[in-house]
Amino acid sequence: MVYRPLFLKLLSALILFGAWEIAGRIPVSYAFPTFLDSVAALWRMIIDGSLFVAYAETLKPLVTGVAISTVLGIALGIWIGLSRVFDWLFSPIFVVMQSAPLAALIPLLVMAYGIGLTSKVFVVCIMAMPVIVLNTAGAVRHTPENIKAMCRSFMGTRIDMLFKIIIPAASPLIFSGLRLGISAGFIGAILSELKITPTGVGDIITFSRSIADYPSMYAAIFSIIVLAVLFLNLLERTEKHLFKGNDRGYVSD
Amino acid sequence: MSQIEAFKHAQPVPDDIAVSTRNICKTYGSVEALKDMTLEFPRGQLTSLLGPSGCGKTTLLKIIAGLLPPTSGEVTVNGKPVTGPGPDRAFVFQDFALLPWASVLRNVAFGLELRGVARSEREDIAARYIREVGLGGFEQAYPHELSGGMRQRVGLARALSVDAQVLLMDEPFSAVDEQTRRKFQEDLLSLVQNENKTFIFVTHSIEEAVYVSDQIAILLPRPSRVSEIIRPTGFRQKSADSIRRDPEYLDIVDDIWASLRSYVE
Ligand SMILES: Nc1ncnc2c1ncn2[C@@H]1O[C@H](COP(=O)(O)OP(=O)(O)O)[C@@H](O)[C@H]1O
Ligand SMILES: [Mg+2]
Repeated sequence: MVYRPLFLKLLSALILFGAWEIAGRIPVSYAFPTFLDSVAALWRMIIDGSLFVAYAETLKPLVTGVAISTVLGIALGIWIGLSRVFDWLFSPIFVVMQSAPLAALIPLLVMAYGIGLTSKVFVVCIMAMPVIVLNTAGAVRHTPENIKAMCRSFMGTRIDMLFKIIIPAASPLIFSGLRLGISAGFIGAILSELKITPTGVGDIITFSRSIADYPSMYAAIFSIIVLAVLFLNLLERTEKHLFKGNDRGYVSD
Repeated sequence: MSQIEAFKHAQPVPDDIAVSTRNICKTYGSVEALKDMTLEFPRGQLTSLLGPSGCGKTTLLKIIAGLLPPTSGEVTVNGKPVTGPGPDRAFVFQDFALLPWASVLRNVAFGLELRGVARSEREDIAARYIREVGLGGFEQAYPHELSGGMRQRVGLARALSVDAQVLLMDEPFSAVDEQTRRKFQEDLLSLVQNENKTFIFVTHSIEEAVYVSDQIAILLPRPSRVSEIIRPTGFRQKSADSIRRDPEYLDIVDDIWASLRSYVE
């Protein structure tokens, strides 16, 4: 098990923020604020509550989309991994979805579902689901034959095989798909707020840019990254807790 | 097969047969893995399937386990035909087949878990067999923390804890180092004596087969068939460490090699 020491995490954060601060002071661009200015702006938005109002809006499509992608994505992935027919039928859709230029799809989504929550949830799902589905399906398809034979030889049922062998064996890849998918979902949520209708965090970004309040704009972007990192760490803890012996050699942070 | 002097060690087959295979054929596509395989496995004894790689030993064992259907022919266990895996047989895998995400305790109890035995009961049974195979203290360890030999002890404890009458072992010691293997072989001898079980043991090692077996079936490749059955009996009563110096042991090893050498290029 490789726990990166806290000290190293802090050091790498320090280097990153230091570089940001220096780049902001040079400045690299008049539109690039310093780290400290951005943190100050973030603090202002926390104090006056506008950040929380914004997140109440942004989290709606994000949480809904990520939840749908996780549940539906894993279920579909397992099914595709188990059935050759289903694989043939559905895999291409997700391969196409993964490589489709999302910006080109957004106008179509808006035409079909309007500018409300539905379209935004769709954007999150389109970003998050393919990698979850494809990772899950691949892992299920490659369950080691020997432990499947073991399960059968000790008279496991098909349900046992699914829940006690296939899913736990696939879990490292399912979780890595979830990590990638959820990161992409965060991008999707912000993208939808920038491209469909400016609400929530997307609204802060759009609005502060229009009035050249760059510290606030970067503060909003920074906050979403922090949220994503926190969420991914939570996911990893869940995984470590659920499948203890599985983590050798691939869990990192 | 006239050159087979090993027949002088042959004994009449006991009539209490636990497992028998009748005219088993198995083809994989165009590959004929087994042809007309007829064998009997006496109850309470250890029978080895000995033969070079690729001669169909694993295939035969999996057919007996009910993991593979034969192309034709029939396997019976206690007179009942085999149609799939059953509670009367337990398998020990060459590559251990442990669950990497489960502790030693859960791995050993897994066979019982699949049979629906309540948790506290199956963990009691598993803990007993973990001690019996010499892994006491490792109950909460994970497979990746164990050596190859210890992993196979887990596989053995799992097979023992379901208390099946027939133990099917597919080259169980081939993936462990030489010293551990010798210890395993000695332990296997006492296991055969103490547990009243029928052992079917696959190996490609002549010495190993002669050392541990009550009966050895020598399989030849292409087309796969039983070339002879040898029943070493003279040194079975001897202590584990003097067998390897017994003249009969050495003779049988030589005889088997003499009959197999022409098939090894
Ligand atoms: N699933 C399979 N598909 C095709 N051929 C197989 C398969 N399993 C085994 N064989 C072939 O059948 C023969 C016997 O294999 P096996 O029973 O594994 O031999 P052994 O265990 O004695 O080494 C080999 O020639 C092998 O290539
Ligand atoms: Mg084999």
